[in-house]
Amino acid sequence: MATMHVEFVSVERPIWSGDATMVVARTTEGELGVLPGHAPLLGELAGGGVVRVQRDGAAELVVAAHGGFLSVTEDGVSILAELAEPAAEVDVERARRALTAARAATDDPDAKDAELRAMSRLRAAGEPV
Amino acid sequence: MGAQLRVLRGRIRSVQSIKKITKAMEMVATSRLGKAQTRMNFARPYSVEITSVLTALASSTSAPLHHPLLVERPAPRRAGVLVVTSDRGLAGSYSSNAIRRAAALSELLHAEGKETVLYVIGRKGVGYYRFRGRELAGEWTGFSEKPTYDDARAVAMALIRAFLTGADGQDEEDGAPGVDELHMVYTRFESMMTQLPAAVRLAPMEVEETQLPPPGLHLPEYEFEPEPGPLLEALLPKYVSARIYAALLESATAESAARRRACKAATDNAEELIKAYTREANQARQAEITQEISEIVGTADALAASGE
Repeated sequence: MATMHVEFVSVERPIWSGDATMVVARTTEGELGVLPGHAPLLGELAGGGVVRVQRDGAAELVVAAHGGFLSVTEDGVSILAELAEPAAEVDVERARRALTAARAATDDPDAKDAELRAMSRLRAAGEPV
Repeated sequence: MGAQLRVLRGRIRSVQSIKKITKAMEMVATSRLGKAQTRMNFARPYSVEITSVLTALASSTSAPLHHPLLVERPAPRRAGVLVVTSDRGLAGSYSSNAIRRAAALSELLHAEGKETVLYVIGRKGVGYYRFRGRELAGEWTGFSEKPTYDDARAVAMALIRAFLTGADGQDEEDGAPGVDELHMVYTRFESMMTQLPAAVRLAPMEVEETQLPPPGLHLPEYEFEPEPGPLLEALLPKYVSARIYAALLESATAESAARRRACKAATDNAEELIKAYTREANQARQAEITQEISEIVGTADALAASGE
């Protein structure tokens, strides 16, 4: 199966890098699937979203990604996000607490961002939001 | 025991306890340095990627660059200077070098007819300017050794807000003055032994126009989601945050390296002092013994002479 090179980086560390068969993400315009040979594309990821990377012979990689960009070139796909956390590392309890706290503090301008971050984490972990 | 000897022994003891402290600080700084270097290297891929995304966006012919962060103001009147210093001392001239570099930059800006507005990170810098009665438009403390991206973003948001207001407007929320330019002074980590303060301009960004694409970088026609305009709007603040974050990480590494070096020098110095004082103390002790012997001999002679 055709593969493409994927670089997944967060601000604080590289998350994953390797060959993948498909990347599924949601930009501000809508859901998007990238297969090898996709036309060059630059997109802004929708807040509170999840990026899925399908790999050959390995489980699908699910990453909570918030505040990021997706860039597709002929060399491959790079995804960069301010928050990026693999689903396996998500602390569900903590994310849920953060979500409740953010929803309660509606007058705080940062609360919206915190809410989206928590939603992103919960979605990656497969929790209902 | 003679008075001189007692004083010297006291001094040796106090130098020994200073040495214990500096030795411990040196070891702590060494371990922090390793961690800071790892963090700095981990953060590098992101800045590389965001720069290449920005380059791609800027190079696309369909997207003429119109964003306040990219446009030079016609007559800049006020410039913001962000100074990155440390929270704690015992780091040699780390903070004062950064402050001195910032002073040189301010002088240059004054010569160009611009007022300067100060933003300071780190307790040492805040203390320095407070003591001299300088007004600070923004100050952040408590994370100089372990900056997180959230810290960098908070700083970036404040700076960008002031910049977008401009020198002609007043920031509504806290009355902080708006600026036409943003500069940053941080410390570059050249090597374990060398850390140099550096000044860079954050905004307006200098757009380099090149005819030839950089070697090894393909710049194809991109599709954009959303349109280039909003995309640029979303990307630029993140780019500024990423630059500040990278500078904070590098400064943290430089701070630990400077502290390690300063504490090592202090430890070596303490060892020297202990050696010198020990010699002096031995000499004093020897002189005391010699004096006692000559006193005894003298007394014995005198007794022998009177007994005859």
